[in-house]
Amino acid sequence: MIWTDAQRAPVLQQFAQSFASANGISVSVQPVATDLQSAYVTATAAGKGPDIVVGATDWIGNLVQNGAISPLPLAASQKSAFETTALNAVTYNGQVYGVPYATENLALITNTGEAAANPATFEAMVANGQAAVKAGKASEALAMQIGQQGDPYTAQPLLGSAGGFIFGTKADGSYDPAQVGVDNAGSKAFAARLAKYGEKGQNVFKRSIDANNAVSLFTSGKTPYLISGPWALEQVRKAGLKYAISPVPGFAGMGPSAPFVGVQAFYVSAKAKNTALAQEFTLNYLTKKDVEEALYKVDPRAPALTEAYDDVSKTDPDIAAFQAAAAHGVVLPQIPAMSAVWGPLGIAEAAIVGGADPNTAMTNAATQIKAAIAKG
Amino acid sequence: MAPSPAERLARLSWPRVVFVGLVAAFAVLTIPTLVDKHSWTGVTISVAVTVILAYVYLTPKRIAARFLVPGTILLLAFQVYPIGYTISTAFTNYGDGHRLSQSQAVAQLEADSVLEQPGAQRYELSVATRTADASGPFVFFLTDPNGKVERGDATGLTPVPDAQVAKDPFTGKVITAQGWHILSGIQVNGLGQRLAGFEVPVSGGFIKSVGLSEAYVGQFTMKYDAATQTMTDTRTNTVYKASNGTFKAADGSGKMLPIGWKIDVRFKNFTSVLTDAAIRGPFLRVLIWTIAFAILSVLTTFGLGLLLAVVMDHPRMRGRRLYSSLLLLPYAMPAFISTLVWSSMYNKDFGLLNKLFGTHIDWLGSPWAARGSVLLTNLWLGFPYMFLVCAGLLQAVPQELKEVAKVDGASPFRVFRSVTMPTVLIGAMPLLIASFSYNFNNFNVIRLLTDGGPYPSGSSTAGDTDILISYTYRLAFGGQGAQYGLASAISFLIFVLVGLISYAGFRQTRQLEEVYAR
Repeated sequence: MIWTDAQRAPVLQQFAQSFASANGISVSVQPVATDLQSAYVTATAAGKGPDIVVGATDWIGNLVQNGAISPLPLAASQKSAFETTALNAVTYNGQVYGVPYATENLALITNTGEAAANPATFEAMVANGQAAVKAGKASEALAMQIGQQGDPYTAQPLLGSAGGFIFGTKADGSYDPAQVGVDNAGSKAFAARLAKYGEKGQNVFKRSIDANNAVSLFTSGKTPYLISGPWALEQVRKAGLKYAISPVPGFAGMGPSAPFVGVQAFYVSAKAKNTALAQEFTLNYLTKKDVEEALYKVDPRAPALTEAYDDVSKTDPDIAAFQAAAAHGVVLPQIPAMSAVWGPLGIAEAAIVGGADPNTAMTNAATQIKAAIAKG
Repeated sequence: MAPSPAERLARLSWPRVVFVGLVAAFAVLTIPTLVDKHSWTGVTISVAVTVILAYVYLTPKRIAARFLVPGTILLLAFQVYPIGYTISTAFTNYGDGHRLSQSQAVAQLEADSVLEQPGAQRYELSVATRTADASGPFVFFLTDPNGKVERGDATGLTPVPDAQVAKDPFTGKVITAQGWHILSGIQVNGLGQRLAGFEVPVSGGFIKSVGLSEAYVGQFTMKYDAATQTMTDTRTNTVYKASNGTFKAADGSGKMLPIGWKIDVRFKNFTSVLTDAAIRGPFLRVLIWTIAFAILSVLTTFGLGLLLAVVMDHPRMRGRRLYSSLLLLPYAMPAFISTLVWSSMYNKDFGLLNKLFGTHIDWLGSPWAARGSVLLTNLWLGFPYMFLVCAGLLQAVPQELKEVAKVDGASPFRVFRSVTMPTVLIGAMPLLIASFSYNFNNFNVIRLLTDGGPYPSGSSTAGDTDILISYTYRLAFGGQGAQYGLASAISFLIFVLVGLISYAGFRQTRQLEEVYAR
């Protein structure tokens, strides 16, 4: 039995079916609509979960600490077939825990009818956007979702550009929950920019732009620039406007933007009733090129398998553009300590955009994050 | 003379017999599963319930019990048991990272620590048994990349001459072997835990299966010592000691192993409410707003509901039905969706409200406006109910009393205050108290509308519109993943608080009744 989200269920069902008939078994693919991760953890603890679950790689830390998934011993040849970032994303405590199939990250989507694509710096982009507003072509310079609670995921490319980071890394490249970088100099430089372009400043960053309206602001032509991920592609394409995808520009005189790279992956349950078949299916079936390409077709995100990516990016330049935007990307942290970050950092972001003092807000956020981790 | 057993049986009505039969059948079905899971409490409960039901329904005497028993059992199952379970959870550290028992955690940590030997070869694997039914002891037939076949069992590897096996020409996997039955994929899968625990010892590690037809050489990097309750990382020789539900590094570096287990923490969850600054700090502020929110919600909804009901009750009011149906509209829409719609209407730059009135109110971004927004939305959601209640209660006001008052020369307002209001209040009071306790825990409207926000800079645990339950939810599920122990403890405290307030409320009502009854 496989649990997945509703969108991927039909295509998985199709492949699971061919695997099932080859082995003379039956497979059921069950779409789980809401809160798949916690439903899975709870069900697995009660011994009732599926054999395989599909989810983002930032789940790994939590799934491992609850004993819900087991390592998947990928052969060396299989490992080398994947993009390095994708492989790093499924590696936790030195073990591979899942088979990655798609990567996703933020990029800048431009309405080329309103402003120039691929601006060199964030400042240049804002200038272009404000010019478009002045010319009456748009009403907002930029759509970057923030909301009342802030959105650290969307802020990450710019945080990275300013030299800030959330967690430092250990010698082996994995994240170290003991090194919180939210109050370092780079993060504070980012916070200063948040204030500069915030509601009391140039009014480019707004709490009133949130996950619900950011994409529609762009598709309705109200803004020339949107910072979003491949999940917005379908809506953008439907809107029928001319668009271009480029990396999120970094701040002038600072580093390039560093978006989070998240990976979707298949995991085998630690309590699977059919461990051997589940391993066989994930390791030797889902790692095939045509499976990854079929999954790409229902949900346009860059395949994690290099061979499949090369195929797809030839026919779909958008996917290649998204991949290029992740050139300086960082792996979305899988450590459980990350759950202590989203709240405080987001609220600091929203507060700064609303006019709070950037330094104090970031220091407070760091204090709260460290306290929560120490308690954990 | 006492009736004979046959006579007694004849007196039983068949629905009763069928009912008891069904209960017995249910017990027969569930008991084997419970025994299988070693859930002896479950077995005891199942047997006890069956025996009690059979006794009550099959003997002629216990007539009153026949009506009481089903309700009592349901009450125990759906009210008392969850409360008891919540309270018992409140004394544990149950939550993310502490869901397993210690033995499960140790097993999982060891299993997760198996690392493939770097640079080691992989084998093509066939699993075989002596007999065809896959019951016998099983062995691995392993083909290395050079095509050499070996047989592996719990004692180690034995070379197998090529003459005794037939191999797949492409992969080298053994298809048939003399004296052995090669298992099919389904049979291999059917070995389940036996296969998972099977390993062939080789120098420097062991061979384990992965999937259906592959095997790799791995080794444990974590070793558990039950005597000292320590876990040792064999790569770095770091020793981790069991303490407070996790393995902590003995060298004091603060390193911990990822999987912890559930332990009894006594009153820690309760005391942390008092001692933890992050919780205690905003607690009073949140409590005050919770009470204010609940009282204001009740007053506003009741006020508007009563006002509309009185207007509708006026004899010269026309189109009463149409208006009433329109008024019930908010009630008919799922509150869930209405709240989300309201939340987007409050948007400062793109929301309907500011556009409609040409204002720039930061509805959800400034503390008082946000509190007002919450109350306004809750008023919209709640007044139709109060309207219905009041419309019904107005019918109960004795008309003669009103007439008499009018004849005595009382003004309409005086009639309302002295005649209508008391009758309505006495009838509505229990509902108002219920509404108060409901709003005291009105999680939906807070969570969906403001999610507790706006937050004062520097505080991510309590926002300006947070009520106790939404605040608790964030404490328990926001910072470090799900913490069911802490959540249960705070839920229990809220339960006690609501109970006390409701009790005080009901006492007030009784006094009110006495006052007006005079």
